[in-house]
Amino acid sequence: MSELTVDPYDITVKSNGLRRRRIVERVFGVLAIGSAVIACGILVLVLGTLVVKGFSSLNLYFFTKARPLFGEKGGVADALVGSALIVGMAMLMAIPVAVLVAIYMSEYAGPRVARSLKVILDVLNGVPAIVVGIFVFGILVVGHGQSAVYGAFALAILMLPMVARATQEILEVVPRSLRDASFALGVSKWRTTWNIVLPAAIGGILTGVVIAVARVAGETAPLLFTTSIAANEISTNVSHALPTLPVTIFVFSESPDPGEQSAAWAAALVLIAFVLVMNILAKLFAGRKRRQLEGS
Amino acid sequence: MTSTAYENPAAPESDLRRRGIRLGDLLFRGIAVAAALAATVLLGWIAFKVFDLAWPAIQDFGLSFVWTDAWDPVTNEFGALIFIYGTVVTSMIALLIATPLSIAIALFLTEIAPRKLAAPIATMVELLAAIPSVVLGLWGIIVFGPWVRDHLEPWIQDTPLGWLPQFSGEPSASGIFTAALVLTIMIIPITSAICRELFIRVPKDLTDGALALGSTRWESIRGVMFAYAAPGIVAAVLLGLGRAFGEAIAVNQTIGNRNAIPSSWFEPGDSLGSKIASEYVGATSLEQASSILYLAAILMVISLATNLVAQFIVVRFERARRAV
Repeated sequence: MSELTVDPYDITVKSNGLRRRRIVERVFGVLAIGSAVIACGILVLVLGTLVVKGFSSLNLYFFTKARPLFGEKGGVADALVGSALIVGMAMLMAIPVAVLVAIYMSEYAGPRVARSLKVILDVLNGVPAIVVGIFVFGILVVGHGQSAVYGAFALAILMLPMVARATQEILEVVPRSLRDASFALGVSKWRTTWNIVLPAAIGGILTGVVIAVARVAGETAPLLFTTSIAANEISTNVSHALPTLPVTIFVFSESPDPGEQSAAWAAALVLIAFVLVMNILAKLFAGRKRRQLEGS
Repeated sequence: MTSTAYENPAAPESDLRRRGIRLGDLLFRGIAVAAALAATVLLGWIAFKVFDLAWPAIQDFGLSFVWTDAWDPVTNEFGALIFIYGTVVTSMIALLIATPLSIAIALFLTEIAPRKLAAPIATMVELLAAIPSVVLGLWGIIVFGPWVRDHLEPWIQDTPLGWLPQFSGEPSASGIFTAALVLTIMIIPITSAICRELFIRVPKDLTDGALALGSTRWESIRGVMFAYAAPGIVAAVLLGLGRAFGEAIAVNQTIGNRNAIPSSWFEPGDSLGSKIASEYVGATSLEQASSILYLAAILMVISLATNLVAQFIVVRFERARRAV
């Protein structure tokens, strides 16, 4: 009977050090909030710097003229054209293959094969971009010289696993009942995949593509060895090396010339604006499509 | 019976159509298999080709290249140790700082922040990952580096840590420490995004059970969530590490590019990826690029190994979860 007279709260306080536990709890909360504030703060700092330093160099010149030559006023129009062409070609090379790989994984392969393909794609995704650049340098650039097409090929290698994984993940969310309904009407498997499954998943595929494009548009490392030594002029000849935004920023960022540094800031602002817009687009696509799929 | 009679005249056509459909299926399947094979072959080809490219250098310099502390084009002495040191030390510092921060961010997003606040903050952390490395490097060298030199490094030297040889010497804008901090910024979003997904997947009844037994929120996180998600956290950290090992551009811009092992972390050094990136202008022939290709092979081995271990843990982890 004597146990019952003991106040249970008293036990907690004395034996488990409630005060200390409360302090630990408090400290944990503050640290967690602090970490989130640090991460957001860094983002705001970087973007803020870009806007402040980049806007002063942005003007019409910047979008219509090629790179500055020795103190001349110039822009990055050549790099804009080059980047657009190279990223466009990379998309043409990577997206069809990536979507087919994803279709194979979700529609044809058994679970074991699909799982090993997932690992292969994830490992491919983990190959450093600079190593991909060296690879393309070794198989194509050696003996042929640099070219925008080779640069696009290097970017396509980086895009492939990203798009394939995103597509495969969304294909798996497409309800089984859609496929069954199509099969029940006597539609062949490939037509079902092409006309029913892919359209249902298109939002998710677009999200993956947009995120991959945003990422490779800013990649410098694969381009250094494939399309970096280019003339200072606006050109659309993809069989030669073309200047690109990331390589231009990279070269200018290590330049002591303040004119080139300010051009680097402006180019960085253009690049990040593109990347942010793409990411926000992806967010919108993803939210809408997922709701639709889950609703069906 | 009548239906078969009616169908009969059309039989050749329907048979053809049926065969046509089969042909389409076969063709489509074939293309899909080819694409999957291509992706697999590509990975093997990259690994093979980079070694193949480095092979002349591997024969020339031998394995001792890996632990040779020299890079002198004049005396023709080359070794990878300077760059391996730079890669490993910058990535490890980044890992040490980024891991607790990432876990804390993930916990904030899943456990503390109200839903309305969690979504935009998660988006902001994701956007941090979207900043191209060359842009982060530009910011790192022109804005962040000088701040590190003028404020952060002197401050560290004033604390008891300043007695360590790693924190001695003259603070500088570009160096091992600045590069490591830039890498930290790059891997925080990767690690925290994976940790967040792990924490979301921890069954609510487990943490609720801990809370019902009288533990505080932190105790339930430490005792239940961490125990449940531990392998996943290790994999997340390794994936971040793989990314840090492989980063060439932002490190190149901030590490200072000096061919020597620095005695202090505040001094400039160089890393594998960064050294390779610096040499792009000279790389027009294989002979000139030979030792650089050796560095590329070493970098590939390090990052592939890190990634494979991470993947292995993920696969094991998922199998265990499925079994539950």
